[in-house]
Amino acid sequence: MALEVTQILLNAQSIDAATRNHAEESLKQIQEQNLPAFLLSLSAELANNNKPIESRKLAGLILKNALDAKELHRKNDLAQRWLSLDLATKTQIKTSLLQTFSSPVSDARSTAAQVIAKVAGIELPHNQWPELIGSLLSNIHQVETHVKQATLETLGYVCEEVDPQVVDQEQVNRILTAVVQGMNATETSSDVRLAATRALYNALGFAQANFTNDMERDYIMRVVCEATQSSDVKIRQAAFECLVAISSTYYEKLAPYMQDIFNITSKAVREDEEPVALQAIEFWSSICDEEIDILDDYRSEYTGDSDVPCFYFIKQALPALVPMLLETLLKQEEDQDQDEGAWNIAMAGGTCLGLVARTVGDEIVPLVMPFIEENISKPDWRGREAATYAFGSILDGPSPGKLAPIVNVALNFMLAALSRDPNNHVKDTTAWTLGRIFEFLHGAAVETSVITQENCQQILTVLLQSMKDVPNVAEKACGALYFLAQGYEDEGSVSPLTPFFQDIFQMLLFVTHREDATESNLRTSAYEALNEVVRCSNDETAPIVMQLIPVIMLELHQTVEAQKLTSDERDKQNDLQGLLCGCLQVIIQKMGSIEGSKYAFMQYADQIMDLLLKVFASRNATVHEEAMLAIGALAYTAGPNFAKYMPQFYQYLEMGLQNFEEYQICAITVGVVGDLCRALEDKILPYCDGIMTQLLKNLSSNQLHRSVKPPIFSCFGDIALAIGENFEKYLLYAMPMLQSAAELSAHAVSQDDEMLEYTNQLRNGILEAYSGILQGFKSSPKTQALVPYAAHVLQFIDTMYGGREMDDAVMKSALGVLGDLADTLGSHVGPLISQSSSSKDLIEECMVYDDPLIRESAEWAKLAINRAVSG
Amino acid sequence: MAPPPDRRRPIKRAAISDQQRRREVALRLQADRRSDAQNRARQLASSVLSLGPEPATEPEVEPEQEMSEASGQLAGRSDLDPVRAARLRGPEVRKWFARQLMLPEWMVDVPPSLDRDWYVFTRPSGKRCFVVSSNGTTISRLRNGSILHRFPSNLPNGARTKDVSGPASSYSILDCIFHEPDETYYVIDMVCWRGYSLYDCTAEFRFFWLNSKLSETGASDSPSQYHRYRFNVVQIYECNLAGLQASYSGQVPYVKDGLLFFNKHAHYQAGNTPLALVWKDNVCSQYVLDTDSKGQIPPQQQVVLELQNDGNLTTSDDPPVALGSLSRDLIAQSGLRVGNLVRVAIKDERMRLVDGKLDLGELQLVGKANHSRAFADTYSKVLFQHAARHAPLRIEDLVASIQSNSSMDNSQALDVEMEG
Repeated sequence: MALEVTQILLNAQSIDAATRNHAEESLKQIQEQNLPAFLLSLSAELANNNKPIESRKLAGLILKNALDAKELHRKNDLAQRWLSLDLATKTQIKTSLLQTFSSPVSDARSTAAQVIAKVAGIELPHNQWPELIGSLLSNIHQVETHVKQATLETLGYVCEEVDPQVVDQEQVNRILTAVVQGMNATETSSDVRLAATRALYNALGFAQANFTNDMERDYIMRVVCEATQSSDVKIRQAAFECLVAISSTYYEKLAPYMQDIFNITSKAVREDEEPVALQAIEFWSSICDEEIDILDDYRSEYTGDSDVPCFYFIKQALPALVPMLLETLLKQEEDQDQDEGAWNIAMAGGTCLGLVARTVGDEIVPLVMPFIEENISKPDWRGREAATYAFGSILDGPSPGKLAPIVNVALNFMLAALSRDPNNHVKDTTAWTLGRIFEFLHGAAVETSVITQENCQQILTVLLQSMKDVPNVAEKACGALYFLAQGYEDEGSVSPLTPFFQDIFQMLLFVTHREDATESNLRTSAYEALNEVVRCSNDETAPIVMQLIPVIMLELHQTVEAQKLTSDERDKQNDLQGLLCGCLQVIIQKMGSIEGSKYAFMQYADQIMDLLLKVFASRNATVHEEAMLAIGALAYTAGPNFAKYMPQFYQYLEMGLQNFEEYQICAITVGVVGDLCRALEDKILPYCDGIMTQLLKNLSSNQLHRSVKPPIFSCFGDIALAIGENFEKYLLYAMPMLQSAAELSAHAVSQDDEMLEYTNQLRNGILEAYSGILQGFKSSPKTQALVPYAAHVLQFIDTMYGGREMDDAVMKSALGVLGDLADTLGSHVGPLISQSSSSKDLIEECMVYDDPLIRESAEWAKLAINRAVSG
Repeated sequence: MAPPPDRRRPIKRAAISDQQRRREVALRLQADRRSDAQNRARQLASSVLSLGPEPATEPEVEPEQEMSEASGQLAGRSDLDPVRAARLRGPEVRKWFARQLMLPEWMVDVPPSLDRDWYVFTRPSGKRCFVVSSNGTTISRLRNGSILHRFPSNLPNGARTKDVSGPASSYSILDCIFHEPDETYYVIDMVCWRGYSLYDCTAEFRFFWLNSKLSETGASDSPSQYHRYRFNVVQIYECNLAGLQASYSGQVPYVKDGLLFFNKHAHYQAGNTPLALVWKDNVCSQYVLDTDSKGQIPPQQQVVLELQNDGNLTTSDDPPVALGSLSRDLIAQSGLRVGNLVRVAIKDERMRLVDGKLDLGELQLVGKANHSRAFADTYSKVLFQHAARHAPLRIEDLVASIQSNSSMDNSQALDVEMEG
């Protein structure tokens, strides 16, 4: 019953829009009318060697899209749809797909391999298609080269799609054997060897058991290392990619191979083509990542250990590794600073050097200093740039005590280079290095800052001057100012920036108006610096910040009024609106927090609100988010006075809560509801029916991104705390939802860290909801309404306590809820609490906890419970 | 030029955008404010503004009129809504803080069981203030609510350092005396610690907490760039003979200004309380007799009182005690308004106790009180000053009181005195 789809598929790729649209419409119709027939036709098209490659490829692509999607809920729907098709149809489609392997057309084979992997991704976890891997491998040694290549490619994609747990070890062994044999130097076909090497990359996650077996591991490592010496550059690159993956997945197994790997990588870095050299550098960056993580674990106060021991590979390789990386720094490209997406050997080398510095700390300094001294004054710009880049790269890691004396000597040199070096790359890197100096050697967390009252003025003069330089240099100067200002966020009225506020604002606003401000991210950087300077304003500089408000508002007004824009202009306009709303948000937060400026600020509130409401007319997600955040800040600052804006604002609030697609907006809006609750208190009551309805809807939807759900629960607590006993009417709906979520999250078995983290976020949200509700009802005559729920709340905490997977935040919230139960419900729950298994043990356990906040929460809960029990 | 791999950020590219930072800051602020609101509800609800069930405390005071007007809501005899209190801003904050300090009464006679129920310590001379650390800064406020210093400190969340544990908004409140000569805050009480209220804890517990917690933070370290002032605890003694003598004549690193006595069982109570007492004589204080606005000790006792709309002059006690009155003519002549604090002189021979109430007799208007004064004198202060001029309560009286107590159950007390 296959349909004739070739012409439609070809038409769907026509350059004529009308033909294309018509064809797409037809495809949609066929799919809706008869899905099995549609899928069968597509698979038949793909398998048919007599059809044009264009229609075959599109058939495969549509088939793939009918099996998988990015959004989780849609992905699940598609999987369900496939599983519910009748067996005969599925079998026939799968047969067609496997047949395609024998096609001489490599694009068709490759497309089929991807579709098979999607089918496997759906079926294998349900124990369907168990024969797939067997049938792929059954005749791997006899088949023609191109079939072998397609088979290996498919194995790679299958490993990418499915979870290692759903493939048993015996099949894993067969896959790995086939793959590693395909990679072997004895394999004569480059295509097969490349497909096998790429397949291994995906199959590595399946090889846990094999990597614990010395012989098998040695074999795999030998084959991978040999593949790095292949004459085919693609194979060499793929083999190094395998090494990178191995370095993070099997770090603890690497010791016996490190000497060989060092030799291989250093040869590749020095001699091989760029894509290969980049992967060779990446290997070392990846080892740094691992060791930084492990050493972080060692230092962490609460655990003090790590599952994996540190082998100090970087420390051991240091004397050879650092010179190798320094050499790469001299291989800059002429235009790399103008191209934002640029990535080359010099950039990768500097990035790796920075990671090495973070891994070993002080030890790197003497290894890099001679290189800097030798090159910093070279007539060739490459020398000067590389020396500066090396210096900038090692500023994070070594102790400030080690670096400060060097920086003190270098600072004047850097400032001179930024003003006077003839080369833009050198200036770019110099400004960046200054920013790094301010970031890591200046500010509240640094014992002895390298910035003094005296040199600060000189630094500022140079930075502001450089903001008139070419866009990429000006952008780095803005970035440096950002970190300079950040160091003074805590300085109060003695900040050395104080006398320069006016000049700084003037220059930054000038930069935002530069004709070329959209190049090199310059405008964004200027606004970011502006925000940071605002953040470190104080009583004394607040009036200058205040003068900024009408300026920013005027700019925002202009963007709102602008009409008839091209789509390119529209994009730029959106970016600018986002930046301006962000800037207003920072100003609102800051002016609201300085006592003396708040009242003066509030005179602008009407106008700001008016503008922000107009901004919501934009369809751009980032702009909405920024405007929403600004409104949250305004609500907090305005307090109960914000009520007058609610009638107009409410529709946008609701819109935000309904925005499932751009779920960050939904999440931010939920947070703003919390801001509004704290600002308006019971004046939010008239809007609560609408808000609660929407929040409850959101919770029951499977389309909303799960990360928004915990904040929604917390938001229940915010609402209850604001409206007190008026929350009573929502109890009927909110409580069952909290209870079932509590039930689920209390028993959740977390397979991985990410899931565990989410579960704990959910628990925390639920507990915050309970706290808010309990506190909201405190001293109300309706307190009784909560008594029936107390047992469940206690049981929830008991179960979590029994499961032993609570993180600190959850523990603290749980203690809070125990105290709130006792505090609000008093003697009604005294006996219940006394019976609860966890309340006593959990509290006792937390009383001796390391974290003082938890200890004190426990002490408080104990006090409240004692009162309830004795009263 | 190929783009960098997804997982590798080029070192020259910023780690996070300012937008991401704004988003994170907003979310963190929201979380902090939520936990703030919840913590304050927890802590303030039963403590800051209401009195605990402690039987030893005085009968409950009425909520202060001004506060109830500011909040616009008063539910029965319960207090200012705690959540609202947490949200006061600007001048309201000042007013609020002005009313949070526990103010000792002046010791005009010796309370019973001094040695059993009381602590004693040497009061440092200086400015009494509330020190609040939160959100990366530390702010000290004088009794009138105005800010003395704003500075970074090692108190919890007292400076914007990168390794703060817990929400930055959780606050700590210390009751201190700022001692100018060595620029040190001497901590005489702990009111809140990391967001947790100690209001409804006994002095015994508060002092224990103070001594164990303060040292953990490094607040007593020497000043540095991000810890501008040192915080020291004062040595607190049991009020037995040894303790009394140590605090009376022992060496302390600060200028003495009398002795403070704290009842061990009393909670931290905002406003005047007889459960904390101050006493001084010429040995342990340079300022026994009050000075006038020029810093001179006037020949006649002067007191500062608040003018009420009926012309009465009252103390800052709660409820206020009327000690005299001014005629309407005089009020009009001097341009005084209701609520003004006025300084009046009293003629010694006319001052007497009538039916247990102080009668100041004829009052002579000296003028308006200094601007920085926020409150009128208390009744006990007027009495103490009067006694100091005529028949002071002497250290010997305190010693005798302790001896008479302890001789009943502790015969060794006498030995202690003889050794001392």
